[in-house]
Amino acid sequence: MSAGTPKSLPSSGQKSIQDISHPLSAEESVLTPSPDVGNTTSSLGEKDLSLPNGTPVGTSSPGSSSSLLNRLQLDDDLDGETHDLFVSVDDPKKHVSTMETYITYRVTTKTSRTEFDLPEYSLRRRYQDFDWLRNKLEESQPTHLIPPLPEKFVMKGVVDRFSEEFVETRRKALDKFLKRVADHPVLSFNENFNVFLTAKDLNSYKKQGLTLLTKMGESVKYVTGGYKLRARPLEFAAMGDYLDIFTQKLGTIDRIAQRIIKEQSEYLVELREYSPVYSSWAGCEGELQKPLEGVSSCISSCSSALDELTEDMSEDFLPVLREYVLYIESMKNVLKKRDQVQAEYEAKLEAVVIRKDERSGVPADVEKCQDRVECFNADLKADWDRWQNNKRQDFRQLLTGTADRNIQYYEKVGHCELPVGVDLSVTVPLIVSLSLHYSALQPGSPLFHYYRRNQTSKVRQTESRNTGYEGLSFFSQNTD
Amino acid sequence: MADSGGPETAQLSSNDSKGEVGDVIPEEARSLLRKMEISVAEVEKRTGKNAVNMLETYTVYLIETRRVDSSAENQNFSPDSLWRRYSEFELLRNYLLVTYPFVIVPPLPEKRAEFVWHKLSADNMDPDFVERRRIGLENFLLRVASHPILSNDKIFYDFLTEENGWKEAVMETGFQPKADSRLKALNATFRVKNPDKRFTELKHYSDELQSVTSQLLRVRARVADRLYGVYKVHGNYGRVFSEWSAIEREMGDGLQSAGHHMDAYAASIDDILEEEENYADQLKEYLFYAEALKAVCRKHELLQYELETAAQDLMSKKQQREELVSGTVRTFSLKGMTSKLFGQETPEQREAKMRVLEEQIQEGEELVQEKKTECDEYVRNAWSDMERFKVQKDRDLREAMISYAVMQISLCKKGIQVWTNAKECFSKM
Repeated sequence: MSAGTPKSLPSSGQKSIQDISHPLSAEESVLTPSPDVGNTTSSLGEKDLSLPNGTPVGTSSPGSSSSLLNRLQLDDDLDGETHDLFVSVDDPKKHVSTMETYITYRVTTKTSRTEFDLPEYSLRRRYQDFDWLRNKLEESQPTHLIPPLPEKFVMKGVVDRFSEEFVETRRKALDKFLKRVADHPVLSFNENFNVFLTAKDLNSYKKQGLTLLTKMGESVKYVTGGYKLRARPLEFAAMGDYLDIFTQKLGTIDRIAQRIIKEQSEYLVELREYSPVYSSWAGCEGELQKPLEGVSSCISSCSSALDELTEDMSEDFLPVLREYVLYIESMKNVLKKRDQVQAEYEAKLEAVVIRKDERSGVPADVEKCQDRVECFNADLKADWDRWQNNKRQDFRQLLTGTADRNIQYYEKVGHCELPVGVDLSVTVPLIVSLSLHYSALQPGSPLFHYYRRNQTSKVRQTESRNTGYEGLSFFSQNTD
Repeated sequence: MADSGGPETAQLSSNDSKGEVGDVIPEEARSLLRKMEISVAEVEKRTGKNAVNMLETYTVYLIETRRVDSSAENQNFSPDSLWRRYSEFELLRNYLLVTYPFVIVPPLPEKRAEFVWHKLSADNMDPDFVERRRIGLENFLLRVASHPILSNDKIFYDFLTEENGWKEAVMETGFQPKADSRLKALNATFRVKNPDKRFTELKHYSDELQSVTSQLLRVRARVADRLYGVYKVHGNYGRVFSEWSAIEREMGDGLQSAGHHMDAYAASIDDILEEEENYADQLKEYLFYAEALKAVCRKHELLQYELETAAQDLMSKKQQREELVSGTVRTFSLKGMTSKLFGQETPEQREAKMRVLEEQIQEGEELVQEKKTECDEYVRNAWSDMERFKVQKDRDLREAMISYAVMQISLCKKGIQVWTNAKECFSKM
């Protein structure tokens, strides 16, 4: 059966976009907004989204004062790619109107690309704008992995949508989202992305319902899911398996982290009750007052350090995990779509073979299917490698950040003033010298007991007790 | 009273509070401890028949004593040893309480594990509990042996050295009935007219100390419990990192080794909390010491009350004599009334009455004198022991706070170590 030689398509991956031509680029009928649109929007009353309708609450995030350097930070692991597009999200502001209250973020763009009219843009966007962008990207670039957005829905009673912490967490995630898109060799050239970054009046743009689909997007859009896949190529099967297991592990880590936060909070509650007892004891003592007050203040400082640690974990650690879970979900959908595209191709191909057409060559639509398959595979493979790299970076950063925070916590607690102003360098050698004359030690002295305990070397069997914290609840029943 | 020798009033020098051991050997060390090394070296479980002829398992402790001659450094006398049960320690302590009521008698370690945090077994047979009790009993013996008065007691000496017949000897001192009446007296309510301010203050202090240490112990147990939870949950990271590393290529090694560090972190809490138990034991000792302090104050109150009662009685007797002499009836008495009604009594009758009264007054004066001496002596002895106790308490608790701080710092150092190691692994991912 001769299906004709498939065109060997270059991968649209690592190489700079200028070097390779997209197989379909020649036929790409990208709907560019006419130059009039730009003027139209401006004539539509300069609806500058940076002007709040209501009272802006000065919730400017620390990121708003981010230096230029921040925005110009180069991704040093993506070799060979030129970075000529820099985006950032900062300066959240609250807008109060009669209809609703919402937050906007300042989106800043700096670029040397010719696709952009100006070298710099600064606009305000709200979450639903980002959501719109993502949907458009998914629609128009179905063969690519689109980065995730922070969670859309928040339970109104449970989470304060306008709290500084929530807004900051969201801002960070939105910033990451845009940066990932901007770094992507294909997505960053997407017209919708361009519009998002540059259009003064995004709303009217949305209303105009211009769908800026790529040709690929166009063609994949109409692939039906009716065909059954024969054989998933190994590498894509491997991707699917990996994502399944990875998602599972992320879920476990999320549960563990939540449990740690809970235990730490409960520990904090007890600590807060602990410190005052020492204080009240100090109140009825004379000579002991100072050491007791010292211990009390040590415990207090431990409390505040712990509070900080727990908060940080909640704000920085958990959201990233959840983001990745969402990311993986969307990736699995892309994989599914790829399967569908391949299935359709195989089915159509088989139909041709069965018909045993005398005509040589492959009918055009089968060839189109083949193109789609190969294109999809190439795009996906390239994006997968890129994703793996980013994932590695992200988790490295996330976990080292967690380790750092814990180190800082212990450093804070350990540096609290020694309650009795005793120089530790004196106490330790004291123990050693005392070991020679332990009988001179006062019974009841803790140092005495320290020595005595070490002298009578009793091998105590510490049976491994089932502590009940080896949370079987963390781990799913079937761990494959 | 058993042969206790003369009470030595231990006036301790003030530099002792610095705790510079080795420089100043306090008076206490002149006592028994100077001459002999004492230790509770071992613990064993025994089974035997008890009083109601039933089989029971109990624990015995090996008391080792060794003569120490301070002149010859390396003299190796082989130690003497005997086995004692906890109940015998209790017997000894009760004897001391009755025999030396003005002494703040060192407490025994608790009979049952209290203030436990929930993972620690509350079982008396738990090896860690038994070990801590061994240390507690040794501490008790050492405290008694270093007390200027208690250390000279023969019964105490026999406890350490005479395995057989000790129980009988204690009982023969006749302390048991005194122990019962002591308990009754401690719980009785009576009002003292002129309380000694110092003792009243001390009694208040002992109440406060009791309440604050028991509160502290309770909260500490809860804190320990929570801390345990935090550490142990981290252990789960070890497992999930290990599983995750299996599907990773470049990240695998870093994750795997980081996971090991998380396991180590989770395991480290066991030792940390066990060490903290020793701190809790030190607090417990002073919780029980507070009780002993209160008992000494109460005994003083009782003596004071008895003195006041005796003085009161004497005064009324003297007044009666006055009336008899002057013939006036200042106070109402039935005799007075009857004599008014039925006529004066005969001189012979009056003289008889006088004689009786004089006798009673004589006895009363002797009693008051006796009580006064007893009270004064008690005050002197008790006060000196309280001063000794105060110095000891301040020193011990200060050191306990230091050791607590040292433990916390060590905990932090360990934490930093583990997380630094983990961070290194993560950075290699």
